[in-house]
Amino acid sequence: MSMLNNTAKTYTGTATSRVDGRAKVTGAAKYAGDFNAGGLAYGAVVEATIARGRIAQIDISAARRVPGVIDVITHENRPKVADSDEAWRDDVAPEEGSPFRPLYDDAIKFNQQPIALVVAEEWEIARYAASFVRVDYEKQPFVTDVYRKRDDAIVVEKPDRPRGDAAKAFAAAEVRHEADYFIPTEHHNPMELFATTAMWEAGGPLTVYDKTQGVRNVQQYLCSVFEKKPEEIRVLSPYVGGAFGAGLRPQYQVVLAVMAALKLQRSMRLVLTRQQMYGLGYRPATIERLALGARRDGTLDTITHEAVGVTSQFEEFSRNDTGWSALLYASPNARYEHRVAPLDVPTSCDMRAPGAATGVYALESAMDELAVALKMDPVELRLRCYSDRDQNEDLPYTSKRLRECYREGAAAFGWDKRKVEPRSMRDGKSLVGWGMASGVWEALQMPTAVRIVMTANGHAEVSCAASDIGTGTYTIMAQVAADSLGIPIENVTVHLADSTLPRAPVEGGSWMAASACHAVIATAGEVRKELLRLAKLMKGSPLADAVEEDVTLSDGKLVGRRQTERGVSISDIMRHGALERIEKEKTNEFAEDKAHARNTHSAVFAEVKVDEELGVIRVTRVVSAVAAGRVLNPKTGRSQVMGAVVGGIGMALHEETIYDHGLGRIMNANIAEYHVPVNADIHDIEVIFVDEPDALINPLGIKGLGEIGIVGVAAAVANAVYHATGVRVRDLPITLDKVLAGRQAA
Amino acid sequence: MQDGAAQSGAKPQPLPEKVSVTLTVNGTERRFSVLPWVSLLDALRDHLDLTGTKKGCDHGQCGACTVLVDGRRINSCLTLAVMRDGAHVTTIEGLAANGALDPLQQAFIDHDAFQCGYCTPGQICSGVGLIAEGRAKSADEIREFMSGNICRCGAYPNIVAAIQQAMGTKP
Repeated sequence: MSMLNNTAKTYTGTATSRVDGRAKVTGAAKYAGDFNAGGLAYGAVVEATIARGRIAQIDISAARRVPGVIDVITHENRPKVADSDEAWRDDVAPEEGSPFRPLYDDAIKFNQQPIALVVAEEWEIARYAASFVRVDYEKQPFVTDVYRKRDDAIVVEKPDRPRGDAAKAFAAAEVRHEADYFIPTEHHNPMELFATTAMWEAGGPLTVYDKTQGVRNVQQYLCSVFEKKPEEIRVLSPYVGGAFGAGLRPQYQVVLAVMAALKLQRSMRLVLTRQQMYGLGYRPATIERLALGARRDGTLDTITHEAVGVTSQFEEFSRNDTGWSALLYASPNARYEHRVAPLDVPTSCDMRAPGAATGVYALESAMDELAVALKMDPVELRLRCYSDRDQNEDLPYTSKRLRECYREGAAAFGWDKRKVEPRSMRDGKSLVGWGMASGVWEALQMPTAVRIVMTANGHAEVSCAASDIGTGTYTIMAQVAADSLGIPIENVTVHLADSTLPRAPVEGGSWMAASACHAVIATAGEVRKELLRLAKLMKGSPLADAVEEDVTLSDGKLVGRRQTERGVSISDIMRHGALERIEKEKTNEFAEDKAHARNTHSAVFAEVKVDEELGVIRVTRVVSAVAAGRVLNPKTGRSQVMGAVVGGIGMALHEETIYDHGLGRIMNANIAEYHVPVNADIHDIEVIFVDEPDALINPLGIKGLGEIGIVGVAAAVANAVYHATGVRVRDLPITLDKVLAGRQAA
Repeated sequence: MQDGAAQSGAKPQPLPEKVSVTLTVNGTERRFSVLPWVSLLDALRDHLDLTGTKKGCDHGQCGACTVLVDGRRINSCLTLAVMRDGAHVTTIEGLAANGALDPLQQAFIDHDAFQCGYCTPGQICSGVGLIAEGRAKSADEIREFMSGNICRCGAYPNIVAAIQQAMGTKP
């Protein structure tokens, strides 16, 4: 090894502080509602207060008379918009159904539906005026309770294939467990309010700062809805204050803000209130039924998993809750059924690990109950049922180190000291419980393009339309770019989330790390090729006979891969070629591989302490051991998993959107009564990244970390609560009243 | 709320007069006129173009709008600008002196105490206020006294570690 190579720093795989950290700790990072402009008008939304029916009459005259009000827009006076479902269907919309169109007509499809937009010189004036919009409704009967639609829910086709005869095997099984589990509706509640600032400029494009996980999706949607050419609308979201799936589809505030800006030819800001965000999408309330049959030795004979999830009356949204049971454990017999219950509510949507956070909660709770019935250690049961093949597709994995997750997680947690009997461990007045669960998610990658502009001074600008929703995309792209271009990370600037930049999918599904970083690698390869072409033209070039495969970029130089002392500096090459900049753009390419399953896995171990008299539950320790291929940045990666664990604790103990089904209305539509974990709720969380080399999935071996951290957490906590108390609570969240009621029943 | 007004048959009232307010914000005196119903939060964001302070709920439930008023941490959404006439306000934009980060800002970067960054200005202002209060000694106390600032990305353990670093009590 030459000195040169030894001194060149490698960023990929190292704990690197966020490149956008300084902007975020100084208040310089601008989110959608932070862009100010002279003459900005402010909007306030008026919402429907019934769940179903039509607007018989809407009177905006009093609101219009408030001084400072510029306009009040309703379905009666709105500008023309597209009138086909196709035009309103965004990239992430369900295939079935008719997407919601705000202010389109007099139909009320859900409570909190927007029915008017008041535009005023100041936000407070708009809000005041909104209180004077008078509405008369024709009400219609409605249903918001999934249990009332359980029996006539609609079957949704999923890729899971039945195996053997699940019912027969269940009837004949030596040990059986069968139960219903319930996950209530949950709202994402990102800290940032949904907001859009639309900058109107005569003769120019409308510049739309929007809270979104996908600027291209929003841009195409807006062009389609407002019948505009692509160059007439530009969408940006340089910083996104969390989203967790809520920002995958364009939300109604972007439609209303753009509608008003175009109508009034004025720059316009619309920020929803926290309360109004409960009129957007949500994790669907889901009833899950599990039936497991096993032999005494702990091998599974049969799995039946049925799910019924909420959707709206106008779109059919569902993810695959049952699919995780289909692939994870070895079982000769299996049956799955996913159904949706259309209710008079907004369409449900993706929320962190959609389908898995819910489905795996049910599966892993049921596995724990089976372990209890078998009098077997819960980890041992998982090992007895372990499968090295995706059971549904009957394929080997590109990599699967779940066994190591169990082993390393258990060792870090001290699992071997667990006493098997419930209520057998104590800490003073508290009952102590230890529970565990498996987690599984998919490892996806999508077509993504990146542009790199390399300048003669050794700086690189890396551009992509992808959003960074807090996941660390800016940082990992800078790391990979610095390494693949052989320059310090300080010399890399990453530009993201602008619809005029090279195409990227929405940021979701844990696919962005693999997608964006391979696009960086691909484009850096083009830059390297161009540098080599130029270097060969130099007189006496040490790379005169080098071919593409022989060279690499390192420490500001183009060098031979094996003979790193044989090289030319990037600035010399560009100066010699009389070039100020090299600009390349390329889309990632992944080899097609239908012979392998691609998944991430985890083992989650949780300790709870439950006050025996009061039933108060604290999650005092969590160890999450994750196998997710190559971790690009252990610092931000750990944060992702840790944050997901916090989300999982919220799911287990706190979160529930509560409806009054008599009114068809959410009763806790705010962030005080919809409980999310606060600092005092969270104690020790240890994240372990299990070494999982994966040469098959993609060149860098990346699988993604966004979702896997939450999967299994709620089950691990629920199983720990059972272990502490002997009470099995099967409907989330596990609140102290349910635990105390369970004790009294016992 | 809109229903309440509509159902009661209330009629729009003339807007009140704007009120002149003087604040010393991040060391600079700022004089401006606002309607009396404008919160300190909205005055900072919409009238003084200091958008580092964030709105997460407007009801004092989330802490994203935390700023320091006369050295004390408060929810700026729960106070009207006119109530603070003459006060000294420090926002996230005012913590770094001459480009040098406050030790807590640096600690937030060091410990990756944020992901999306939206609650971060409020967390940091709250943490600076907490350190000045001098009452948090243990990690449990930091957790308790920082529980008015919600972080939906779940960075809490890192936030506690960052505050400990800035307090000089731990790593």
